[in-house]
Amino acid sequence: MDIVIEYITAIFLLIGGVFALIGSLGLVRLPDFFLRLHGPTKATTLGVGGTIMASLVYFSWSEHTLHLHEILITLFLFISAPVSAHMLAKAAMHRELKYREDTRGKPWKQ
Amino acid sequence: MIRKLYPFPTLSVFLLLMWLLLSGFSAGHLVLGMVLATVLPLGTLPFWPNVPRLRNFHKLVLFVLMVHWDIVVANLSVARRILGSPKNLRPAFVEVPLDIKDDFAITLLTSTVSLTPGTVSADISADASRMLVHALHVEDEAVLVSQIKQRYERRLKEIFEC
Repeated sequence: MDIVIEYITAIFLLIGGVFALIGSLGLVRLPDFFLRLHGPTKATTLGVGGTIMASLVYFSWSEHTLHLHEILITLFLFISAPVSAHMLAKAAMHRELKYREDTRGKPWKQ
Repeated sequence: MIRKLYPFPTLSVFLLLMWLLLSGFSAGHLVLGMVLATVLPLGTLPFWPNVPRLRNFHKLVLFVLMVHWDIVVANLSVARRILGSPKNLRPAFVEVPLDIKDDFAITLLTSTVSLTPGTVSADISADASRMLVHALHVEDEAVLVSQIKQRYERRLKEIFEC
């Protein structure tokens, strides 16, 4: 049974790690500020989600009690991450940062 | 009397559960959690001027599950776009007209839009009638707008009385 739990933990850790990596790659590769903003929103959802699931499974098994602390991490992230992304976007529009020329639509005047 | 002591019953229950999750279940923490669940809503009362009534609890649960599912699906498609050539991206600022009027419901809507990868809420107009969304890749703006309105806004409208 131990080996099954270890595999499940490993799979969740891998999923989390891969998405955190892709989110960071987005931060490097994407061409303008508004596009780069999309990178971190991913790392905090599936990246952290995968890691949290791994922790939940592993510690629930090894300590023989249901470990639910991890759910609070998701909750706090889900409350704080969109707010910081929103404020960053607002600040970027206020400073009139450049955006890629083929972007359709216009940012608002702040 | 009980309404005065507990202006937001849902928030109080939520705080108690959160406290027990944080500190582990024991009789002492149950009492301390109940004290906090009473004091904190009363202390923060001025910050919640008009909170909408939660009308449909089971719809809220369904909404949360749906958003989680959307996050997973959208993550996969955005991951593909990031790994592909940035030249193929078609970013856009999209204006979404808002039907919901309540501040709390609008906050939930903008948070949902930002959490589902591929879209970030960038601004709300001063009269709260429009929302500006930046999208990583859109083929058709109208589709994105109707998706946000149909999938999220309509459900939030049902969940809260607004």
